[in-house]
Amino acid sequence: MSERPYDIVIGLEVHVQLKTRTKLFCRCSTQFGLSPNTSTCPVCIGMPGSLPVMNREAFGLALKTAVAINCHIPEFTKWDRKQYYYPDLPKGYQISQYDLPMSEKGWLEISDPKGEFEPKKVGITRAHLEEDAGKSLHDEVAGKADSRIDLNRTGTPLLEIVSEPDMRSPREAKAYLTELKLLLEYLDVSDCNMQEGSLRVDANVNLHIHNGEGQKIATPIVEIKNMNSFRAVERALAYEAQRQYEVYQETGRTIGQVPKQTRGWDDQAMVTRGQRHKEESSDYRYFPDPDLCPVITTAAEVEAVRNNLGELPAQLRVRLESTYGITPYDSDVIVSQGRPTVEYFVTLAEATADGKRASNWVQQEVLRVLNETGGAISDFPVKAAGLAVLVKAVIDGELDVSRAKEVFNDMVATGKSAAAIMQERGIEKVDSSALKALCAELLAASPRIVADVKAGKEQAVGAIVGQAKRKNPNVSPGEVRAICLELIQEM
Amino acid sequence: MTLTRRDVEKVSLLARLRLSAAELETMTPQLDKIVHFVEQLNELHTDGVEPMAHALDLRNIFADDEPRPSLDRDAALSNAPKRDDECYRVPAVLGE
Ligand SMILES: [Zn+2]
Repeated sequence: MSERPYDIVIGLEVHVQLKTRTKLFCRCSTQFGLSPNTSTCPVCIGMPGSLPVMNREAFGLALKTAVAINCHIPEFTKWDRKQYYYPDLPKGYQISQYDLPMSEKGWLEISDPKGEFEPKKVGITRAHLEEDAGKSLHDEVAGKADSRIDLNRTGTPLLEIVSEPDMRSPREAKAYLTELKLLLEYLDVSDCNMQEGSLRVDANVNLHIHNGEGQKIATPIVEIKNMNSFRAVERALAYEAQRQYEVYQETGRTIGQVPKQTRGWDDQAMVTRGQRHKEESSDYRYFPDPDLCPVITTAAEVEAVRNNLGELPAQLRVRLESTYGITPYDSDVIVSQGRPTVEYFVTLAEATADGKRASNWVQQEVLRVLNETGGAISDFPVKAAGLAVLVKAVIDGELDVSRAKEVFNDMVATGKSAAAIMQERGIEKVDSSALKALCAELLAASPRIVADVKAGKEQAVGAIVGQAKRKNPNVSPGEVRAICLELIQEM
Repeated sequence: MTLTRRDVEKVSLLARLRLSAAELETMTPQLDKIVHFVEQLNELHTDGVEPMAHALDLRNIFADDEPRPSLDRDAALSNAPKRDDECYRVPAVLGE
């Protein structure tokens, strides 16, 4: 793995829009896609004399998330004004959290089901609750130099989750984002829709270059913005690592010799490009917002939140593996589909008492059909209990897997039960003495095949299996083969 | 502390105020006086006094997550120096 002459050092900042009906400090709707500037009020557009009041639900969702990512929750937290001028920031400051964030020092464990990197805990520096800015719309009309500003999004609650620089490859970064998003979905705290901007990712990356004398030289840190998918994050990081290595070889510049740079990812050209610096914008002159009151969270409240998190992805994977004997890869596939799929699997595994088989049916049949049709498992016409009847019939030898899959497809298409379709198709278990008689009869009529098999050409028995299947479609090919070989040996 | 002309230049840049040389000349001593006035607070002995994060002794003030009507768009845009039917219009945003 470590063929490269450097380590990549990656930290991620994720902004998550919390699933509230109203904004963080006023009661304007947060609904996506409203006509521009129809969801604003004196508070969120910063009119003098207006008074922000904290959204209880937003704080609750932020707290729930912070606890789920193993953060310490300080008893006391407050909000601060971060001052800068930008047209999408009507107050001239953003209400954010500076020195006393609502949570800090957490972690999220990541692993790769295919084992491409060792499982590790990615540290979380802090997660704090802040308000979003508005949006600049680009004017398509030629000759007009103005930007158009829509302030509907202004004041929407965001949780900013800042990781430690603990990731060492673009793949680890993607795994962190995938795990975080899954967790947020299980917690039901955000829609996590990158297209609608409810989940945004910025990355900080630099290299530790091995100089061949046992020392590592750090390159300047670059912040990458404008990445619109996890795939884009992975690609941008890979590109940026290579670029920094080349720049270092050319210039020899190390961390501290140039200021931190911001670069934007261009998904079309697949490159990062330097962005213009906001002049001295790093001087935000934070101070406590005098309009907002601090929030006290007691240890008992944190405990209550912790006890109500429900079973989260990491715990669920372990439970599915230990209770139902499936592989980490399989548990990851099922858990990644979300709670309803997990419930479907558990019902099926319990009813059939065969976790491995249940996992195969869910992945190879149920998820395959859902992928093809784009439906949700909650609307799937074959319920777990109904599928269990079919899988049990397979386990009991009433039909083989390939016929069972035909029955399953009929169940999906018609919504009928397994029993009804098996009856329609005349599927029933072949009595073992009848099966033996059938095999004996076919063998008696084919002395050549018997002779071939006796001479060591075992595959010759395949012709008998075919004949048996034509005589009675309910026979199991495996059973016919075994019985025939046994009978021939006795001959 | 004493404010320098450079400090005032920086603050005016951050506030997006374009001050003339003459204005900088006048404002530097004025701002310096304000800062010195506030500095009188340093004369107080605050040993053993817990730092205060907020002027009011209120904690945990929340509102329920229930939507209420927003401003009519025309009203919201009515103070804008420049606008169109739907949006505020501002000089083109650089760098995006
Ligand atoms: Zn509002």
